[in-house]
Amino acid sequence: MSGGLAIAVRVSRIDTVAANIKRFRLVRHDGEPLPVFSAGAHVIVSMDDDGHRRRNPYSLMSAPHDTSGYDISVLRVAESRGGSAFLHEKLREGDALTISHPVNLFHADKRGRKHILLAGGIGITPFLAMMAEFDRANVAFELHYAMRSREHGAYWQELVERYGAHRVKRYFSAENDVLPVASLLHNQPLGTHAYVCGPDRMTDFVLRTARECGWPKSNVHSERFLAPISGKAFDAELLRSGIVVRVGDHESILEAVEAAGIDAPYMCRGGACGQCETAVVACNGVLAHHDVYLSEEEKASGRKVMICVSRFDGTKLSLDL
Amino acid sequence: MLVEGIKSRPVYGGIAIDPFARRHIFALEGEGALALLDQKPALTATMLNRSEVLYVAAGPKGLDHDLALAALKPDRFWQGPTIETLLFRLRGSLSAATMSTRLYISGREGFIGQCMQVATDMGMDFSSIPTEHRGSLARRVQCVHCKGITDDVRTSPFKCSHCGLNLLVRDHYSRRLGAFQGVNVDAEEPGTAPQAEELFA
Ligand SMILES: Cc1cc2nc3c(=O)[nH]c(=O)nc-3n(C[C@H](O)[C@H](O)[C@H](O)COP(=O)(O)OP(=O)(O)OC[C@H]3O[C@@H](n4cnc5c(N)ncnc54)[C@H](O)[C@@H]3O)c2cc1C
Ligand code: FES
Repeated sequence: MSGGLAIAVRVSRIDTVAANIKRFRLVRHDGEPLPVFSAGAHVIVSMDDDGHRRRNPYSLMSAPHDTSGYDISVLRVAESRGGSAFLHEKLREGDALTISHPVNLFHADKRGRKHILLAGGIGITPFLAMMAEFDRANVAFELHYAMRSREHGAYWQELVERYGAHRVKRYFSAENDVLPVASLLHNQPLGTHAYVCGPDRMTDFVLRTARECGWPKSNVHSERFLAPISGKAFDAELLRSGIVVRVGDHESILEAVEAAGIDAPYMCRGGACGQCETAVVACNGVLAHHDVYLSEEEKASGRKVMICVSRFDGTKLSLDL
Repeated sequence: MLVEGIKSRPVYGGIAIDPFARRHIFALEGEGALALLDQKPALTATMLNRSEVLYVAAGPKGLDHDLALAALKPDRFWQGPTIETLLFRLRGSLSAATMSTRLYISGREGFIGQCMQVATDMGMDFSSIPTEHRGSLARRVQCVHCKGITDDVRTSPFKCSHCGLNLLVRDHYSRRLGAFQGVNVDAEEPGTAPQAEELFA
């Protein structure tokens, strides 16, 4: 089973919410309610871009208990290989898409007494759902939201209005306003959880700062919007299928395998869940591991690869697939 | 006699000082003192200046380690007469603690379980608390029939200190109670319980 059962949806509404960010409301094609999800979850959106199948993960930002539709917000990335460009430029209201069932790799810890949410740019999306859940359950939270500028940031005005300036703090880098990570993490009471979702540099910085402030790992959570990274094209031999696939420079191994008609398991397509783990049988060259799932030792051993984001540079790669 | 194959027993991974923590609290019972004393190279003046040591001796069998602990000169050293007083004191220390505080627990299983309960009650995540089992393997057992808890159980079966039933000690551990489960063995025919074996000396 790849990515779970698919759900046929229709785009009921598209809104531009900030420079380069659009929101899409998805409702079920058959008019039935969608599954309830837990805050932090994402779905894999499958798009048919002129016969080219594109699949990208997007976090669900609507309230988890609202089953009448799901909202996603998508940033148009500059060097898009297609997904965000398709959603922004080609998709129209009324168009059909398929989505996977929601998958959650970024849970709010239910035992937490207080939750500190650190968002950078489009990384706000999973927190929108989390805040709706915290607010409903009357759980203490604070959002610290860093954006490039007032124009580039989505939802910050509404959030201040809805949750109050005491719970929603915003920082615009264009105005030299910096998110004070260390002072935020100091002196937090026991039972506090911190969550970060934003650009890699921000996520790395928050994780490192939390560690240096003496926070235990168990209370710091992160999600990265990883995308397959481009690189040199290479061949991958799939031993079980008995074929060799060409992985293009702008393609992931998983995408190449799917294009060859082979069903490989996946869940997040972002190097985080472990579903697409594939055994490496022969490797004459270097694996470029881009995932955040395998441990450093596992990466060094070269015996496994996460085919949704990682690449290879060398003469021969044989996979147990 | 023990019911085998139940895997809810907690794992005690051992204590290692977290160099990044701003405050260290050690809850130690009896031989558990050695879990801290054995950290010698990591026990720098800076680290000890940030440390609070709570200690209770482990009854007649355990050696007293209070002098050795006090000699470390931690920021605070407190010795209590019973586990209950230590738990009360621990609760007080944790109520003022922050996320930069690390708690370490060492001693017998029942003690670790009870401290763990206080800590999780105060909002700490159990996986953030290093623990080390030291001292006797005696268990803290809750009778599933009368709910009474008996400490320091060394044999199975044993007589419940509250209702007097013969209880078999299962490997089933309740994190919430910090106790193992004891189930009556001779319910059908009282007096037919198997010979008590010393299993948790
Ligand atoms: C769990 C999860 C949740 C997500 N949620 C959201 C969401 O809510 N909203 C949202 O907008 N996105 C989200 N994403 C990201 C999203 O899935 C896509 O990756 C994003 O929309 C870009 O897709 P694309 O097809 O347009 O571009 P792709 O080409 O697939 O994306 C490539 C990205 O990598 C960069 N890139 C390209 N080549 C290189 C290179 N050689 N080195 C380094 N970087 C390179 C590009 O600039 C671009 O940013 C999420 C991702 C994950 C894993
Ligand atoms: S699909 Fe989740 S790690 Fe690859």
